[in-house]
Amino acid sequence: MNEIAQECIALIAKQKSIPPESITLQSVLVEDLGLDSLDRVSIAFDLEEKYEIEIHENQLDQIKTVQDMVSGIEQALAQKNSAAAPSSTA
Amino acid sequence: MTQPPATQSGKPRVVITGLGCVTALGNNVAAFSENLFAGRSGIGDMTESHLGLHFTRAAVVRGFRPEDALLASQRQLADRSAAFAIAAARQAVTQSGLIAAYPVESLAVLFGCSAGGRLSEEHEAAKLYTRNARVHPLTVPRTMANAGTSLVAMEHGITGPSLTLSTACASSTHAVGLAFQMIRSGSIRAALAGGHEAPLGFAFLRAWDSLKVVSPTACRPFASDRDGMTLGEGAAIFAIETLESAQARGAEILAEIAGFGMSSDAHHITQPDPAGPAAAMLRALDDAHATPADVGYINAHGTATDTNDRVEAEAIHRVFGERVRTLPISSTKGLHGHAIGASGAIELLATVLALREKRLPANACENGPIEVDPALNLRHILLSNEPATPQLALSNSFAFGGMNAVLALRPWSTDAE
Repeated sequence: MNEIAQECIALIAKQKSIPPESITLQSVLVEDLGLDSLDRVSIAFDLEEKYEIEIHENQLDQIKTVQDMVSGIEQALAQKNSAAAPSSTA
Repeated sequence: MTQPPATQSGKPRVVITGLGCVTALGNNVAAFSENLFAGRSGIGDMTESHLGLHFTRAAVVRGFRPEDALLASQRQLADRSAAFAIAAARQAVTQSGLIAAYPVESLAVLFGCSAGGRLSEEHEAAKLYTRNARVHPLTVPRTMANAGTSLVAMEHGITGPSLTLSTACASSTHAVGLAFQMIRSGSIRAALAGGHEAPLGFAFLRAWDSLKVVSPTACRPFASDRDGMTLGEGAAIFAIETLESAQARGAEILAEIAGFGMSSDAHHITQPDPAGPAAAMLRALDDAHATPADVGYINAHGTATDTNDRVEAEAIHRVFGERVRTLPISSTKGLHGHAIGASGAIELLATVLALREKRLPANACENGPIEVDPALNLRHILLSNEPATPQLALSNSFAFGGMNAVLALRPWSTDAE
C-alpha cells in the first residue's frame, strides 16, 4: 500500500474514530465506513492541504471507495506536476 | 402536610430540577458555588498576549478539556462555545433525569448565544486574510449561533422545538424566560434552557476595547471608582418542567421560576434608558403576582460600566422606591465576569444557589470590597455574603440594543411540601 493510501486510511480512521485496520482499499465510504457529506468534505480538505491539490465537487461525488480516493489524488498530483513542468516548445 | 398548589392563577407552576455550568468560577455547580460564596474571583490574566489591548484580564474558563467533554462525533463540529453548552447541558440532564422522564417530542432546547462560534470564525478569518489560506469546510457548522443548541438536541435525541436566541447580554435570560412561558402554556412539557458563550478572540477583544467599556483594572460593579466590565466566557444550563410533573416523578426541585418580564428601550443601540429595565422588572413582578415589597434580593446586571450601573440604579429606584433602603442587591460579575450571551444564565445560577443556600452572594470583586458609589443611592449593596431567606429574587439582564429581560425566582424547600 503506497503512502497516499496510508494517508487516506489514516484520515478516515481519525475522522470516524475507527481503527485503521478496519479500512481497506475496497471499503465503500458511505456504506462500509459511514462517511457523511461533512466527513467527505473534511477529509477532502485535509488531503487538499497536504498535497496542495484541488478536488472539485463533481470529482468528490465520483469517489465511492478508498481506492477511488487514492486514484483521484494520484490523478490530481499528476495534473499538478505536468502543469508545473517546463514547456518543451519554448 | 398540605400539598402546594400546582397552579398559580390557573397556570401551571414551573420549576428548575437540574443545573449545569462551565464557568470561570468552576466547571461544575459545586465548584461554582464554592468559589461564588468564597468570593474567589475567576478573573485572571489572559494567557495569550494581545497586541494593542488596554486590558489584560478576562474571566476565562480553565481546566476545560474538550476531548473529555465531547463525544467523538462532536469533537470536530463543536466550537468552544458549543462545547461549553454540551458539557453544561449534560450536567443538568444527569441531575434532573429529564430525558428519561418525558417523550422526546415534548422536550425543547432553548439557549441564548450572542457571538456564535466566534473563535472558529476568527481562526479561519485570520488564516484567510493573512495568507489566503483555504477555509475549513466545517467553519459554517462550527460558527453558526445555533450550533450549541443543535448539538445538545442531537446528543439527547430531543425532537421538540429547539431555538437559539440572540439578544446580546440578555440572550440566556430571554431563553430561560421563553422556556418558562412555553412550559407554562403547555406547548412543551420540559426544556433544557440557558446560555453559552466563548467569544474571547483577538478581534472580539479589540472591538470591545474600542468601545472603551472594558476595565483596565478590575470589574467593580456599583463602585465609586468603577471603570468598566471584564469580559468572560462560559455556560449555564437548567432543566425546567412543571411543578406537577416534577413532583409526580419525584424529582428534586431546586427553585421555582415565578415570573418573567421583557421590554425594549426603543431608545439607543448602546445607551440604556431606565424606563426599559424598570418596565421589565415590573412585568416580571406582575407575572409572578408579586409586588416590589415581596422581593428580597436582586442579582443585578451590574456590569461595572459607569452608564449601566447608573441607569440600572435609577431603574431599581423607579420600581422599588423607599424599599431600596433595605433591598439587598449584588452583581456577581466581579467574580465570573461578563460572559455576554451566557451571563444571564450564569447569574440565574448564582440566584438559584442563593435561594438554596439561604445566603446572598456578595458584590465581590478580585480587589476586595468596593466603596459603593453614593450617587447611586443604593443602600444595601452586599459587601459580604449575607444569610437571608428571600421569598422572591430577581435576576436582571439588560442588553445592548435596549433589550431587557428579568426572571423572578421563588425558593423551594421541602418544608413547602
